[in-house]
Amino acid sequence: MATRARTEASGAAAGAQLQARVPELARVRVPAGGTRGELRAIKVVWKRELIRFVRDPLRILTSLMQPFLFLFVLGTGLSRIASAGTHGVNLRTFVYPGVLCMAVMFTAMFSAASLVWDREFGFLREMMVAPVRRSSLVLGKCLGGATVAGFQGVIVLCLAGLVGVPYAPGLIAAVFGLQLLLAFTITAFGVMVAARISQIQSFMALMQMAIMPMFFLSGALFPVSGLPRWLEVLNRLDPLTYAVDPMRRAVFAHLNISNGARRALDPGVTWWGWHVPGLVAAAVVALLGLAMLLVAIFEFSRAQ
Amino acid sequence: MNASGAPTSGAAAASSGGGAGLPATGTLIGQDGADAVAAVSVRGLVKRYREVEAVRGIDFDVAVGETFGFLGPNGAGKSTTINMLCTLARPSAGSARVAGHDVARERDQVRRNIGLVFQDTTLDAYLTAEQNLRLHAELYGVPRDLVGGRMRQVLEMVGLWERRKALVSVYSGGMKRRLEIARGLLHSPRVLFLDEPTVGLDPQTRSSIWSYVRELKANEEITIFLTTHYMDEAEYCDRIAIMDNGRIIVLDTPQALKASVGKDRVQIHTEDDQRAIAALRERFGIEATVAEGAVTFGVAEGEQFVPRLFSELGLPIRGVSVTRPSLDDVFMSYTGTTIRDAESSSSNERTRAFARMMSR
Repeated sequence: MATRARTEASGAAAGAQLQARVPELARVRVPAGGTRGELRAIKVVWKRELIRFVRDPLRILTSLMQPFLFLFVLGTGLSRIASAGTHGVNLRTFVYPGVLCMAVMFTAMFSAASLVWDREFGFLREMMVAPVRRSSLVLGKCLGGATVAGFQGVIVLCLAGLVGVPYAPGLIAAVFGLQLLLAFTITAFGVMVAARISQIQSFMALMQMAIMPMFFLSGALFPVSGLPRWLEVLNRLDPLTYAVDPMRRAVFAHLNISNGARRALDPGVTWWGWHVPGLVAAAVVALLGLAMLLVAIFEFSRAQ
Repeated sequence: MNASGAPTSGAAAASSGGGAGLPATGTLIGQDGADAVAAVSVRGLVKRYREVEAVRGIDFDVAVGETFGFLGPNGAGKSTTINMLCTLARPSAGSARVAGHDVARERDQVRRNIGLVFQDTTLDAYLTAEQNLRLHAELYGVPRDLVGGRMRQVLEMVGLWERRKALVSVYSGGMKRRLEIARGLLHSPRVLFLDEPTVGLDPQTRSSIWSYVRELKANEEITIFLTTHYMDEAEYCDRIAIMDNGRIIVLDTPQALKASVGKDRVQIHTEDDQRAIAALRERFGIEATVAEGAVTFGVAEGEQFVPRLFSELGLPIRGVSVTRPSLDDVFMSYTGTTIRDAESSSSNERTRAFARMMSR
């Protein structure tokens, strides 16, 4: 009884103290949603991705590991046996566009994976009970993933000089744009998968299983013309093909190489003999990204 | 003690109809005679998870400004009910209105007007306390010019203003819970839901959390809806609903509930509990049960009864305790078991595990 009286007294004292410190009660009226509210939600989810990204320098390093291995170890190691077919072009220069894509893929995948962590650690619940549309949350997440992955891509872009690619403004703009687009699509893919998977191990395994074949089939490591039929079919079905191809075209447009080398190394993707223009290829990536974004929004809206 | 008299009297008026039988209209009459829409109004609410019926049709109203407690063992359906009220789970049948809005049809309206503190933490440990609150303010659309002042107010209330720049990952369990309470209040909700707010916390943090609750009652017009399975905490509520197996068994003020039991609780330790129970039935006409490892029964005027017990039972008694009616006894008299025994029963555990699995 006595203890209870005491705690009550201290509670009252704390109340008085509070009122003394904050004279007028800053009572908040929450306005009724609307577009502005949704935009604020998108922005804050996006910003959270950025804050978490810069807080984690280890993640920046680890996701650069694989692209560097492909670019410098594989690119250098295989260059001698490949030299016969590259018409004097360095193999590192040839795989560089693929590595530019790869750099953003891993970071985008990790961004989407954080959604699975958010569910595990409960933070997803805080977002899901907020009075905003689920589409705003998913969109903010995908834009955030695209932004941090784009930043990662810039690091690899800075290495252009090391592999004999010039720092031309037009090239940088085109490559960066494609990287953002690809990063957005991969994040949307990851978020779509994360909506259904609650275990981080399964999620990572699934993403590896999706990303590695996508990378190998995409033509990041070989020219896409004159392939065996089965490989050609798989290559044309691989979404990443349509990111690597315009990327390589942009890079090769700024290289000073022979026409023979250009034809052999950068033949361009064809659909039944028709050369797919770079913009169409980029549109394929964008449409896929949008479609997966819509699926992700649908799945999160359905979840309770 | 109670700074806001109106809500309590409203609650008392509502409960005078006899336990769970509240006015069916969903409106309660406040002290000033004006009609006030109930903060929470529930009619025939049911939640089924495939073959398990976690909530089996409950009705109740909570008045504006009231502190309302849901008491019951784990697996009784308390959390499922809260999840439905805060739009995280869809009712299988029945309806519920929170702050005047239907939880199934006007989800965003409900969400804008409620604050939530869950059993499990929902903070982003990689952000600072301040960043967590700012994120919440953005998600809830708190006007930008008010965020700073309001944030300071709620952080000072829970004593974390000085630690606002620290990452949440370095916070202790008690600090995290306090931060969650601050966050739940940031957008000035009309109803604050606290799901087991003190579970797993040290006594000091528990008592400070209760002092925030009282402070809130005094300073803001806020309705507090909480669940607990600590009997002593339920005493702080204006009214309590005791829930067991998905049903509300009784609903009233703590005082009225305790008065309704009337009897003192006597627990005796003997060498042979079964013989003691038989002897109690034979000599005194008392039905006793074994609860918490002791022979337990209720009797009026327990202190006067003990000397008779020793002289007339005819069995050696190793120890005896007499307790005035507490909410434990209320729970026991309505459910036939103590809350601790109810928690360890396997069927409840199964229901709970299943409900958790399904709500993932």
